[in-house]
Amino acid sequence: MSDLQTQTLVPQLDTIFPDWVRPDDRAGYQGYIVETEHLLAVAKALRDTYGYDLLSSVTGVDYLPEGKLEVVYHVFRTTGGPIFVYKVQVPRDNPVVPSLVPLYPGAELQEREAYDLLGIRFEGHPDLRRILTWEGFAGHPLRKDWHEPYFEEEAKPYKSRWPEGQVRRAEDLNPFADNVDYPAGFDPESLVPDADDTLYKTLFRVQQAQHPEIKTDAIVVNLGPQHPSTHGVFRMVALLEGEKILDLKPVMGYLHRNHEKIAERNTFLQNMPFTDRLDYIASMSNNFAYALAVEKLMGVQPPERAEYIRVIMAELTRIVSHFIAVGFLLNDLGAFFTPSLYGIKERELIVDIFEMVSGSRMMCNYFRFGGLARDMSPEAVQKTKELVNDRLPRKIDEFDRYLTENEIVRQRCEGVGVLTPEDAIALSATGPVLRASGVPYDVRRAEPYSIYDRFEFDVAYGLHGDIYDRYLVRMEEMRQSVRILKQALRDLPEGPIMTGKPAYQVRVPAGESYGRVEGPKGELGFYLVSNGKPNPWRYHVRAPTFINLTSLAPMSRGGKVADVVAILGSIDIVLGEVDR
Amino acid sequence: MNGKGILSGLLITLRHFVDTYLEDLKVGRKRYGTAEGIEMRRSSDTRGIFTIQYPEEKLPVPEEFRFVPFLVYDVKEDGEKAVRCTSCGICAKVCPPQCIWIERSVDAATGKPIPTPAEFFIDVDVCMNCGMCAEFCPFDAIRMDHDYEMASYDRHKHHILNKERLLKPASYYAEIRPTSYRREEAEKAAKEAAKAAARPPAGTAA
Repeated sequence: MSDLQTQTLVPQLDTIFPDWVRPDDRAGYQGYIVETEHLLAVAKALRDTYGYDLLSSVTGVDYLPEGKLEVVYHVFRTTGGPIFVYKVQVPRDNPVVPSLVPLYPGAELQEREAYDLLGIRFEGHPDLRRILTWEGFAGHPLRKDWHEPYFEEEAKPYKSRWPEGQVRRAEDLNPFADNVDYPAGFDPESLVPDADDTLYKTLFRVQQAQHPEIKTDAIVVNLGPQHPSTHGVFRMVALLEGEKILDLKPVMGYLHRNHEKIAERNTFLQNMPFTDRLDYIASMSNNFAYALAVEKLMGVQPPERAEYIRVIMAELTRIVSHFIAVGFLLNDLGAFFTPSLYGIKERELIVDIFEMVSGSRMMCNYFRFGGLARDMSPEAVQKTKELVNDRLPRKIDEFDRYLTENEIVRQRCEGVGVLTPEDAIALSATGPVLRASGVPYDVRRAEPYSIYDRFEFDVAYGLHGDIYDRYLVRMEEMRQSVRILKQALRDLPEGPIMTGKPAYQVRVPAGESYGRVEGPKGELGFYLVSNGKPNPWRYHVRAPTFINLTSLAPMSRGGKVADVVAILGSIDIVLGEVDR
Repeated sequence: MNGKGILSGLLITLRHFVDTYLEDLKVGRKRYGTAEGIEMRRSSDTRGIFTIQYPEEKLPVPEEFRFVPFLVYDVKEDGEKAVRCTSCGICAKVCPPQCIWIERSVDAATGKPIPTPAEFFIDVDVCMNCGMCAEFCPFDAIRMDHDYEMASYDRHKHHILNKERLLKPASYYAEIRPTSYRREEAEKAAKEAAKAAARPPAGTAA
């Protein structure tokens, strides 16, 4: 086979590695199951020979009845094309999987997450600690036999609400009685928290100071968790020499609520409003990705009008999110609140439209499987047209004139926080961060979903991979979104907005699916496993900003403290999604 | 020239500032505190600052706006309340945070369930305002309210709504959601008419 062929065809792994790999032949499943000891070799071949250069998502799944834990890897080519799936299976009582961090550094935070929530140990991981729950957490919450203190029932709807109808308030349960579960041998009196020491030890210590005649030591500085620059409760532990960053560790999980465990208790439909709370700036695009994942399993297709409205909402969301991102980046640079309020001003008019169509400004809960919750009224269409045709292009241009040529912005942003294309791909960055590094990868183009193949738009990308390019990419993406919106509004057909009758119980056949969209912050994916019951067996969110944070430390090393704040602003994190 | 970018940016800030006052002068008193002024400030060609001065002014909510649910009752001819809810439990089953509790009525004499709720609770602090109870109610009995000013000091006393506090007349529903109300009434009338047409005329039954 020629080089081009191996780089573009989907490889038949089971014929290439007949002894190591077998196809996943469970009903409704796709991809391949790789022998655990050969995982690294297969992954390396996929990356180097077959061009799957970006590890998109690492998902742990607990198959309790079979006594197995599974790790699912989703990889894709940054030149475009569908996602490729392979898996390893390990016994539940001794789950050890070789770490992919040496091949894909972007797996670092994701493997820590799988370790934290499912207890899968990744051999060869440089820093395998808990990430979302705290260090003293007992057990691994996403294991199917793990129950929380207020545990009521395995799945919703709970019988106590109906038919039994007993009023029981959460606070009536005594948290100090039988709801607390201490691990064996644990004595709260003698607990000495050592989490911070362990954390500081993981920082890369410089052995030899640069000036041996001066007795000096690198110091550890905590930025956050309560800090205006962290956009929420997020902590960065920086090792400094003077003002220079030697190393940095992100610490997260302050907003952790185990979204995925909640979702596995919920029915498929009940998850829809919960997805709003992930990236709460861009709830419509969360709805979109989740609806796509479930629709793939159910095999339904939304009608034309619904598809158009979906695209309109997703693109409006992108504009909202980018206005906020750019505005708050300027906040981080010290332009306190004027630019961000100009952004919020435009956002206000867009969320008015969301409120008109969905009933809520931020928590839209607008998408349904096979369509939408309700139609877009003619007034809402009219209002959107006014915004898209007149105000938004004007305001984006104004923003551009306002900030792009500003000398302070340029000095603070140009050449700072540089991520080379190779690094961006290796670190699994997606969205504007990846594109600003010169990799024009956009899911809307690479694997068009919904009706994105019908619209004319350009993929914005940068060349330098610095903060300034990330800013420029976001500005350009807003313009492209306006372009898509104009086409979608022009072609918006009449017709139904729902395939089939709206039902509160949906039947989802057994199987797995991965639905992904190009969210405003990167590739947003939902990995679902259904076993035919009303609740998903596994529900995993590939949260773009969580994974983009992997590149925070490499971008910050060698920079100044003040730059870290701007670099974090340029990743554009939302803690609702990072911590889940 | 160095500094040109900053200056042209500052000019834009200045324009925003001046625009606010020019708009105020142009529109005059009716810009603030009137429905017309609010509408003007939230239209797509608004200029300058467009803050709504809450609580003196309130942004009008669109019809689809949803806050916590309420139960709809019809007023019968004799003035009695006819609660639409049949305690079928679909709202309690579809509720994502499970904040609805329903006690069913039981006939004291026969012990059989009656299709009306004995009690109906919604814990509004748990409610996530998703609107799915209203969306899937087959009897148009539970609907989303527009009243969002519910803050209080005692959650137990004020935030766990019982049937008494949840019940609101259909006329209130028609007032806050006129389009939905009209559509539903038309659907109901059409269904009734279809039923009447399908029923064989009296006296011809075998």
